[in-house]
Amino acid sequence: MSLLSIRNLSVTFATGRGPFRAVDKVDLDVATGELVAIVGESGSGKSVAMLAVMGLLPWTATVTADRLSFDGKDLLALSPRERRKIIGRDLAMIFQEPMSSLNPCFTVGFQLREAMAAHLDLDKAARQARAIELLELVGIPEPERRLKAFPHQLSGGMSQRVMIAMALACRPKLIIADEPTTALDVTIQAQILDLLLRLQKDSGVGLVLITHDMGVVAETAQRVCVHYAGQQVEMQPTRGLFRDPHHPYTSALLAALPERASGRILPSIPGVVPGLADRPAGCLFSPRCRFATQTCRTIPPPRAGAELGYALCHTPLVEGHPRGLKKLEVPA
Amino acid sequence: MFRFFIRRVALTLPTFVALMFVTFVAVRLVPGDPIEARTGERGIAPERLAMLRHELGLDRPVWQQFLDYANGIVHGDFGVSIVTKTPVLHEFAILFPATLELTLCGLIFAIVLGIPAGVIAAVKRGSFFDHSVMTVALTGYSMPIFWWGLLLIMFMSEYLGLTPVSGRMDLINYYFEPVTGFMLIDSLLSGQEGAFGSAVAHLILPSIVLGTIPLAVIARMTRSSMLEVLGEDYVRTARAKGLSPLRVVGLHALRNALIPVVTVIGLQTGTLLAGAVLTETIFAWPGVGKWLIESIARRDYPALQGGIMLISGIVILVNLIVDLTYVAINPRIRHG
Amino acid sequence: MVDQPLDETILPDGAIIETVPPAPSSLRAFWSAFSENRGAVLGLMVVAFIAFLALFAPLVAPHSPIEQFRQFVQQPPVWAGGTWQFPFGTDAVGRDVLSRLIYGARISLGIGMSVMLVSVVVGIVLGLASAFLRGVVEVVVMRVMDLVVAIPSLVLAILVVAVLGPSLLNTIIAVTVVYLPRYVRLVRAAAIAELSKEYVVAARVAGVGKLRLMFVTVLPNCLAPLIVQAALGISDAILEAAALGFLGLGAQPPIPEWGAMLADSREFIRAAPWIVTLPGLAILVTVVAINLMGDGLRDALDPKLRRS
Ligand SMILES: Nc1ncnc2c1ncn2[C@@H]1O[C@H](COP(=O)(O)OP(=O)(O)O)[C@@H](O)[C@H]1O
Ligand SMILES: [Mg+2]
Repeated sequence: MSLLSIRNLSVTFATGRGPFRAVDKVDLDVATGELVAIVGESGSGKSVAMLAVMGLLPWTATVTADRLSFDGKDLLALSPRERRKIIGRDLAMIFQEPMSSLNPCFTVGFQLREAMAAHLDLDKAARQARAIELLELVGIPEPERRLKAFPHQLSGGMSQRVMIAMALACRPKLIIADEPTTALDVTIQAQILDLLLRLQKDSGVGLVLITHDMGVVAETAQRVCVHYAGQQVEMQPTRGLFRDPHHPYTSALLAALPERASGRILPSIPGVVPGLADRPAGCLFSPRCRFATQTCRTIPPPRAGAELGYALCHTPLVEGHPRGLKKLEVPA
Repeated sequence: MFRFFIRRVALTLPTFVALMFVTFVAVRLVPGDPIEARTGERGIAPERLAMLRHELGLDRPVWQQFLDYANGIVHGDFGVSIVTKTPVLHEFAILFPATLELTLCGLIFAIVLGIPAGVIAAVKRGSFFDHSVMTVALTGYSMPIFWWGLLLIMFMSEYLGLTPVSGRMDLINYYFEPVTGFMLIDSLLSGQEGAFGSAVAHLILPSIVLGTIPLAVIARMTRSSMLEVLGEDYVRTARAKGLSPLRVVGLHALRNALIPVVTVIGLQTGTLLAGAVLTETIFAWPGVGKWLIESIARRDYPALQGGIMLISGIVILVNLIVDLTYVAINPRIRHG
Repeated sequence: MVDQPLDETILPDGAIIETVPPAPSSLRAFWSAFSENRGAVLGLMVVAFIAFLALFAPLVAPHSPIEQFRQFVQQPPVWAGGTWQFPFGTDAVGRDVLSRLIYGARISLGIGMSVMLVSVVVGIVLGLASAFLRGVVEVVVMRVMDLVVAIPSLVLAILVVAVLGPSLLNTIIAVTVVYLPRYVRLVRAAAIAELSKEYVVAARVAGVGKLRLMFVTVLPNCLAPLIVQAALGISDAILEAAALGFLGLGAQPPIPEWGAMLADSREFIRAAPWIVTLPGLAILVTVVAINLMGDGLRDALDPKLRRS
């Protein structure tokens, strides 16, 4: 049985210009100890989907799902109070902006011990001891002194280490890491990612890793979900995805990897993710798709089966070629 | 931190000097000679006039007079009231506790209602409660408080007979010598039964009237500050820990949201003291505000000059303290 | 945008979805943002109504504001048993309260507008001067403004009136002095912010003269916050002037100033509550309406200041 199981998760925001569907029918399964990656451009609804799982969306959001269960419990059916018992203890999240994710008015130690006080049956001294232990675990030198520091006295990398320690504090079963390194200096990124992956391996915790970095995905994840404009366009085991991507978007993402580029110019995906005002009628990727047909532009695509990576496409690729398409429409 | 402290204090000094200058010049611009004001309309012999002018230093160069005046103020000499012939500082010191008591009660009223109202309005944004708070705040902010005071007297005192109309104490039934000058404390110290209740009853309406505008300002500021903070990443982090909404809002969000609110509260000193002039006039409250207005009516310019100097000095000092407190409660600056 | 012609020739990738509707004219955009705010529109309507009464007071008011009807002293309003001859009743010397209120609107709005206009003009000059000239000018101007702010508003106004003597004109002067710092500080801050922008640098390089740079290039871009401050400043000025009037330091009898009307009413709290209630209500309604309108202006003009 999987630890986290999501079916048809949708999130709609009420905005000044009408409802906006930021997440559209997304599925996800994570087993105990598994590492699942979610990739996709900015604005494709990765964060919103995971915040929906955590129950951290603002009041303007409406969350619907056929199934949203964690550890055998239906998250949507739980009362807020029962849900808060799970959040922060069994299910923890690490955010993209470590600097602004720590409360500037309280010390690191206070914020770290607070999570334990809420969920664990530890006395004050035990919490302090565990806080020191956690900071050592995430590689922060002089933990006693750092516990007394205020967040603005820490660097970005240091803050993210604290956030990781905070997520680990109650020995969770699943951690959601939302682009944990995007906001950091390039030199620090690898360190933080290594730390996270090492801790995941050591403790056997499940990990959902949201990232832009296909290279990291290839090395670490067991399974990959590809998101585009709020939709999940493909989901495959990592190896299969890199060998034979079924959705044109995935294919284009992989083609954009430096190590895969054949020519001198790095290929990129032209255009941008559609926003609220410019949603195409058919497939959302069609305006940018090399293989788009008239059908793609008018009719929303169906979801393919497991053998085709659940690709959301009229003509899923097989070995780089659209399947079931007789005549290829030549792009301009 | 220390450098900031020094710089902030240094910035205050020119303001003080300018304040002395303005009060000095203003009183010299007032129509009518101070001598005339003393001798009345009877007229005066020229040699006596010259002597008086000499006594008061009016025959010396103006800059010399200013230096004398400034020197006096630095040594606590704010002049002598023409009417009562007592030093202005002395009169002020006797009356100021009454104003301070009223101001503090008004401020407490504003804070105790304003902050929770602002917080709840922000948390329940768009709700009926939110709209009500914003409407009341807009009305309070636009309130002519002298009229508000009259309305409350009309309704609470005249119509319902609940509260006394004027003064600080029911002087017919109770009498005791002031000790601290604060009626709430003195009435308790006096040991007279019912005196404290009388002091409280006398304070209610004036405090409400004086606290109305600060209440509106504080509620609005708390709400908007809270709305901003509730969208911050660290509030999301706090919720991600599974903390109770009370703890998330009341501790993590409020602690940050209060930083600008404390500043705004501090900046209400001026509003409160200006409001005290009106409130004390309406409720015959024997404080410095009423005294100031009466000084004008009596053409007691030294009292006016000294009073304005002292009131403004207090506002400048409080603003200074507020700035320093702001630094103290904001760790980002404290350890900057 | 979804219903574009689908059979159109294939454009370079992604170009189709880039179409943006033409920007509406700024005045239209302003009005649509302003009229979205129901409170602001209500405020505007009330202000327009009061301004109408003030402008046409001689035509609208049933009586002269100072004529004393000795046989109708302290007559209650219609709803409390009075007559339609004096719909809002009469005051202690038999003057028609309604007429006095209508003429009072002239005084109050007049004070508010004059204070605002003078403050805006002086504020622009001093603010721009200290932003452009820096140095001694800036230090002196800003220190003086600091001083004015340090003295509680009403206390400063009292000082000014004590020096100049109580009158309508001196009320305007006193209130202007009190509220001037806001305008000066605002213009200076906005101008300094603008000065670092590229278009100003470009204009300077192009050799635009200092005065032209100040008033033609920079000033128009500082106007939005200034307009908002000006609107809200009218209501503050009205309140302050009414307070002075109430203390007997503003407009002198028999001028029908709302604050002064209240000052005489204290003794009639029991006997003639309408004399107490109505002038204050007039002040409150006017000030609330202007503040509502000002808040709407701010939201529409100055998105940075928009309250979330
Ligand atoms: N509170 C919100 N209200 C309205 N729209 C939102 C809100 N939060 C996110 N969105 C929108 O949802 C979309 C997905 O955002 P997000 O999940 O943050 O993307 P990403 O994949 O980069 O994490 C974006 O277009 C964003 O503008
Ligand atoms: Mg994101």
